Amino acid sequence: MKQRHIAITILAVSLFLTAAGCKKKQPVAPPPPPPPPPVKVEKAPAAVINSFTAEPSTIIRGESSTLRWSVANATAVSIDGGIGTVPASGSRQVYPSANTTYRMTAKGGGGDAIAAVTVTVTTPPPPPPPPPPAKASLSERIAKDVQDVFFDYDKSEVREDARATLQRNADAIKAILNDFPSAVISIEGHCDERGSAEYNLGLGDRRSSSVREFLSQVGVPAERLKTISFGKEKPFCTDANEGCWSKNRRAHFVGVQ
Amino acid sequence: MRYNKPALITGLALAALVAASRAQQSDIVIKLTGGQKKTIALPDFRGAGAAAQYADLFNRTVFEDVQRSGLLAMAAKSFYPLNPPQQEPDLRPTPAPGAPRRGEQPQAPNCNGRCLSDWAGAPTSANYLGFGYAAENAGQFVAFGHFYNTGIADPNAAKVFRKLYTGALSEDGARKTAHEYAADILQQFGVPSLAGTKVYFVSDRSGRGTKEIWVMDFDGANQRQLTQFKSISFTPAISADGLRLAFTTFAKGQPQIMMYSTETGRFIPFFNPPAPTNATPSFTPDSQQVLFASSIGGFLQIYVSDLSGANARRLSNSRAIEVEPKVNPKNPSEMLFVSGRGGLQQIYKMNLDGTDVVRLTNGEGEASNPSWHPDGQHIAFAWTRGYAPGNWNVFLMDVASRETVQLTHGEGKNENPTWAPDGRHLVFSSNRTGRSQIYSMLADGTSVTPLTRDGSNWMPVWSK
Repeated sequence: MKQRHIAITILAVSLFLTAAGCKKKQPVAPPPPPPPPPVKVEKAPAAVINSFTAEPSTIIRGESSTLRWSVANATAVSIDGGIGTVPASGSRQVYPSANTTYRMTAKGGGGDAIAAVTVTVTTPPPPPPPPPPAKASLSERIAKDVQDVFFDYDKSEVREDARATLQRNADAIKAILNDFPSAVISIEGHCDERGSAEYNLGLGDRRSSSVREFLSQVGVPAERLKTISFGKEKPFCTDANEGCWSKNRRAHFVGVQ
Repeated sequence: MRYNKPALITGLALAALVAASRAQQSDIVIKLTGGQKKTIALPDFRGAGAAAQYADLFNRTVFEDVQRSGLLAMAAKSFYPLNPPQQEPDLRPTPAPGAPRRGEQPQAPNCNGRCLSDWAGAPTSANYLGFGYAAENAGQFVAFGHFYNTGIADPNAAKVFRKLYTGALSEDGARKTAHEYAADILQQFGVPSLAGTKVYFVSDRSGRGTKEIWVMDFDGANQRQLTQFKSISFTPAISADGLRLAFTTFAKGQPQIMMYSTETGRFIPFFNPPAPTNATPSFTPDSQQVLFASSIGGFLQIYVSDLSGANARRLSNSRAIEVEPKVNPKNPSEMLFVSGRGGLQQIYKMNLDGTDVVRLTNGEGEASNPSWHPDGQHIAFAWTRGYAPGNWNVFLMDVASRETVQLTHGEGKNENPTWAPDGRHLVFSSNRTGRSQIYSMLADGTSVTPLTRDGSNWMPVWSK
């Protein structure tokens, strides 16, 4: 395989050399004539503007652009647009408020040179519109507008003083459910620590169900109310006195998106 | 209610009776052991070679098992003769008393522990002697356990048994052989051993605010976590065959029942009725059905279903909260439950077809956590009678006569008593030392022994 490769290469090279060797040779061209002798210059040389740039050439109004230039053979250099006379090379920051073309004139003994750069000024994009008034989250709305209701020991009936609270809760919940069309309200039933853990699962279940029944009777859609009994497993406070127990015998409301 | 004369709870496992420790204050007397307790001496086994490091654990386990049985009095170790036998050839027949020298009282024979009479006589005054030694044999822990009746002078006639116990050369092996030896001793007195039985319970030790299901040996060894939901899982119940564990869990939101195979360590599907709450499962004595409370009809009521949860059928019918169904192990057509149908929660009994509902507790205080004694005639339960609401104590009741006896007396809250398979022990939870822990005790309220120490622990159930 390798040998064959080498053979092909040798063949190709020899063919090329053969072909090249067969090309007819061109006749040799005669040498060009010598250049004429240089004319002696008496006058001073003309001015040359090697560079004149604006960086950046596009700015947002209020930003600056830097003009840079380099001029040779000039006797005087000036830039219009209120800049005036400048040295032969240098830079200058400019703050144009609208599209501006800066013209440079370089005067030289042998002639003047002119160049121009344009700085394009764009207006900045408008600021974002002011944020819409902050919308309270589901849990914030419930915490603010929906209050816990409390129960007597071993009782799940809605107390007289809880009825007014629940009526207010119903109005708030209707508004909240309206604003959060996919939300469901979970009614948690809680108990104090004295009854047995097992029995209290049933008591918490009853408390949450009583509240759900009340709310649905005053027009809250029942299908958007669910109940969960925590028995005495998640007490609001843990002291062993009636002040604490009465806080733990409650129905508590939580939003579920 | 009080009784003028101590009434008797009959039918507990043993033959004769002994007064409960609080017989004077207590309403009834529990029958646990026969007459005067026999006294036993258990000199420490010594360990040879690699077995030596486990000898302490072995000795402690044997001693605790025998002591916890409540069956025998333990002779004071400080009275033991100094040179206890380790194997059969060490024992000598009691020598005949020599003729007393002139002017001296006759001396009792004394062989420093090598004669059974050394143990039978004062000050040890033991009726039985258990002795032996432990050794390493072919990489195993081997204990040679002996048991002798010290009332018989001839060692050959006095021998009750001698047996070889083999286990792994480890703490587990030492514990296992010790349980076996203690079980053989207790069996001489007609008591089934609890060795190998388990206690399922609830603990928060893997995270405050969580409750997981745990299991341990009956003596508190080998505590192990079963559930890992980082949620609240509680009210464990174990089937009579020991194969299934059911419990209530918040792992999926609302409280629902979950089923677990103790054989495979896997969860088994259980179909919960579509209710906000399904809770407090238990098994029928044949381990083929589940009873539980469900609020599918509004109030938590008692239902029965297949092990899969299928074919659920309502058993109780009231507009009240009813939980904790417990079928009588000896009469599967009868069950206990806790109900608020008469006001505060009380314990009721009814037939499984819903007929013959009777209240067992007299309406005082609140009652919960009924647990059938294996005899199907007595129950243990928690009651606040005589105390402010929430201050639970463990009581026993003779179901036929409704006579009760109080086993705990206000040492914290004492709840969820359940019977050991031997019908002589109970486990329960108590916060008497601060946090709730699991304790075992004898059915007369004595030998209260803590089984847990870490975190808070609740709701023990004793499984065979």
